[in-house]
Amino acid sequence: MSEARPSPALLAENRLVLAHVYMSTVAICLGALFGVLQGIARSGAFTPPSWFDYYRMLTMHGVLMALIFTTFFITGIAEFVTYRAIPRERSLVVAWLGWWVMLVGTVMAATTILDGNATVLYTFYAPLKASPWFYVGATLLIAGTWFVAFDVFANVNAFRRANPGKPIPLVVYCAAATFVMWIVATLGVVAEMGLLIPWAFGWTSGINVMLTRMLFWYFGHPLVYFWIMGAYVIWYNIIPTLYGGNVFSDGLTRLTFIMLILLSTPVGIHHEFMEPGIASGWKMLFTVTTYGVAIPSFITAFAIFASFELFAIKQGRKGFLATVRALPWNDPTFSGAALGMLLFILGGFGGLVNASYSMDMLVHNTIWIVGHFHVTVGGPVALTFLGASYWLIPKLTGRALWKPELALFQTRLWFFGMLIMSFSMHVAGLLGVPRRTAAVDYAGAAATQAWQPYMLLAAVGGIFLFASIVTFAAVAIGTLRQNDKSASMAVAFATPASSTDTTPALLQSLYRWGLIALVLAVVVYAGPAGDLIRHPGYLAPGMRTW
Amino acid sequence: MHIHRYERWWLGFGVGMLLVFLVLLAIAAFSSDINPPSGLGQIDPTKVAQTAPFDHPGLRKLPNGAYEAYYVAHVFAFEPARLTIPVGAKVTFYVTSSDVVHGFFIPYTDVNMMAIPGWVNQETHTFSTPGHYLLICNEYCGIGHQDMFAKIEVR
Repeated sequence: MSEARPSPALLAENRLVLAHVYMSTVAICLGALFGVLQGIARSGAFTPPSWFDYYRMLTMHGVLMALIFTTFFITGIAEFVTYRAIPRERSLVVAWLGWWVMLVGTVMAATTILDGNATVLYTFYAPLKASPWFYVGATLLIAGTWFVAFDVFANVNAFRRANPGKPIPLVVYCAAATFVMWIVATLGVVAEMGLLIPWAFGWTSGINVMLTRMLFWYFGHPLVYFWIMGAYVIWYNIIPTLYGGNVFSDGLTRLTFIMLILLSTPVGIHHEFMEPGIASGWKMLFTVTTYGVAIPSFITAFAIFASFELFAIKQGRKGFLATVRALPWNDPTFSGAALGMLLFILGGFGGLVNASYSMDMLVHNTIWIVGHFHVTVGGPVALTFLGASYWLIPKLTGRALWKPELALFQTRLWFFGMLIMSFSMHVAGLLGVPRRTAAVDYAGAAATQAWQPYMLLAAVGGIFLFASIVTFAAVAIGTLRQNDKSASMAVAFATPASSTDTTPALLQSLYRWGLIALVLAVVVYAGPAGDLIRHPGYLAPGMRTW
Repeated sequence: MHIHRYERWWLGFGVGMLLVFLVLLAIAAFSSDINPPSGLGQIDPTKVAQTAPFDHPGLRKLPNGAYEAYYVAHVFAFEPARLTIPVGAKVTFYVTSSDVVHGFFIPYTDVNMMAIPGWVNQETHTFSTPGHYLLICNEYCGIGHQDMFAKIEVR
């Protein structure tokens, strides 16, 4: 059966999305290289050369994975679902402008790191002072995402104008909600950059260190939810199409995304529980708010598994094992997302520990935290995005996926590598191994003896992960060079299981919830941030200690 | 909007567990004073060496039998580099940084806090087990971060 020839407009949209996927692919491949080198260095088997030390690698790894890979993929998938679910004549100028601004920012920041002038890790805590161009580059990366956000919103508005009273398609709703949250969250880091950039250029002489940290984490934790919402867009709307299933509930999906808009931002201080300058009452408040943001993930866990089970029941299968067997485990896209979900169960449990006020003392800044975010962003998010790439690249190029069995193997290898590495990191963290440290032998101190086997095991997991990324790169390149152009570019997103179930109008609006989220964030932060603004104390001139 | 019965049970269970955790944390905080370190004192980091009591870092015994330990963190060392603490001593650690952000962490204890220039942080711990403890910086502070540690002996 042959399809109609794709229109030039569709091909132009595909080229734009593909440009995002190229960037995210390059970022994760390079990021994995720096990652495995660090893992091996920590096990003691390899000492990085002085011209490219451990911390420079760590900065590259963090920036490439946490900021560049994720951001380019999420902006790309958001544009893709918006364009495909709202077909219309449109200009791509704003979207392309966004891509270019993100690219310029990325190159600027990466150059300063590579030449050793920004070894400040991806959190760039003052008073460590990087080259001003590092901060400018990071700001441009964020600014570029705003162009993408406005492009998505413009399409939503156009849909509403053309279809008065009709709810916007669920998948676009999810993507747009992700960017509403993102705008609220990135205001924090842009405000921080407003302090850092003039200071780094030498126009101001000192900086309020605690205020920059608070602004960073105002952004830093919703950044995590930006990644997770990107994965949820795929879990809710694309994964069910792989097995012929449905979205469990339209209304609950929209409710989940509204809760994420509201609750993702007022939580960042749980990263600062061990810090001076923030009264313990505020820390207790942020434990409560952080627990709150677990609720939309509870809903998601139920909805995703319910979608699996409804499908199995439709097939006449009943029971847990029958449901598991009904699912397309050999589809690399499904495999990536589903194995990622399994890792997220571990990530969710660990996250509640980290958010738990005094309990955080046991794990703060230990490698447990690193284990935790590798089963969140490195597990469900990365694995979902890698798996989704196998679905997306054929939709964008018309080229059939090259060696699907290799792609499937890649997702499984990543899962096992991540289990091994993350398990070792969690245990080692409980034994006291610090994160972000080039070597943990402390001149052979007795306390460190128990640590070394776990560092070795983590390195083994890291090697699995690197092998997995090499496989991913092979499949991606193989697909792009593929002569078999028989893949269908057509896309349909999952529809709700029950068409009679109505969605309240309150859940249809988006921007209003964004505004409420901003007010909520300002109210919750007003106390602790106000303390730091009223009592700034010492203003640090900044220094370079690397 | 219809919410399935099982989903109500699931959400009820989830939210219920969160409430249980919160109550446990609150009980620990209010009945056993288990709170994260939240020092609110300020100091000029350029004058730490002249500011008492950080001008003489180390351990001192209070009239009530408890101890206070004053530490200065700077790239890439702690002062004092060695400290001896009597077994069973209840020690409140006070730490500040004279340059960038550092961590102050004693593995196998719950002493884990941030040392921020301009601020004094504090945390109390009772050392009931004798032995050699390691005090390490657990926040990246520069090229020599992995060499930033001190020793504590409890005997």
